[in-house]
Amino acid sequence: MRGELVLRVIAKLLIPYMLLFALYVQFHGDFGPGGGFQAGVITAAAVIFYALIFGLPEARRLVPDAVVETMVALGVLIYLGVGFAGLALGGNYLDYFVLARDPVDGQHRGIFWVELGVLVTVAGVMLKIFYIFAARPRADEQ
Amino acid sequence: MMAATVAAIVVQRNLFSVVVLAGVYSFLMATVLVALDAVDVGMTEASVGAGISTVLLLGALYLAGGEEAKPLVRPWLPLTVSAVVVGALVYGSLGLPAFSDPDAPPHKHVVPRYLQQGPVETGVPNIVTAVLASYRGYDTLGEVVVVFTAGIGVIALLRGVARRRERRP
Repeated sequence: MRGELVLRVIAKLLIPYMLLFALYVQFHGDFGPGGGFQAGVITAAAVIFYALIFGLPEARRLVPDAVVETMVALGVLIYLGVGFAGLALGGNYLDYFVLARDPVDGQHRGIFWVELGVLVTVAGVMLKIFYIFAARPRADEQ
Repeated sequence: MMAATVAAIVVQRNLFSVVVLAGVYSFLMATVLVALDAVDVGMTEASVGAGISTVLLLGALYLAGGEEAKPLVRPWLPLTVSAVVVGALVYGSLGLPAFSDPDAPPHKHVVPRYLQQGPVETGVPNIVTAVLASYRGYDTLGEVVVVFTAGIGVIALLRGVARRRERRP
């Protein structure tokens, strides 16, 4: 689909807004619907959209495999790290009250980092699965 | 309308139509969830069910071909097992409390505390986020690890295949 001028222009117009919407869903999750899972999927969908229009090699150049695989593990590590931060500051594991002087601020901080970890892992896994499926040769072409 | 979609999915032999109809079903399900005031779940259903899984299934379809093969044997045993399980589940659901019954046990246990204390304790107006990330932080950690394991599993299974194929001339 690389030659389709309309698709390319529309994709270039839409993808920034998709990423922006993902960030909105992520950081507005405290107040409205949304959170790390949804935002991660929307982020992955934006890159998959890019790959569908401009081709998989182009998307792999933009978001390389090494980055995606790092994201898969990094999100879990961020989440685990929030738990250990609570331990280090004298609370229980995944205790957010100790993360800031004011307990409510601590909750905000804890939820922020935990949701970020969810976003990174979910986006990484979705992208990785798509990359692997899209890169395989067809059954009748082998 | 959802029943019509399901019937069409069962009857349809062209897998491309099945994938598209499954996407339609997901969007209808998301609408139902929004109508039930479960906006967070509705959003997840629309983005994961209708968005990503449709794309992944289309990708799988591209690899595997678009027509459903005729079954070699009549699958009576699986059909019987499915029918018995469905019967047991329907029988079990008869014992559940009535839909949106305020006196149901799940609504009496920790829910009132979450609803009353959640905004005060966490300062987060969206109770879903407060429960998911704060009160049930361990569960969400488990979910993230499940997603991580799924990703690692796909990488371990399929990347090796691609590499081996590249080596073969």
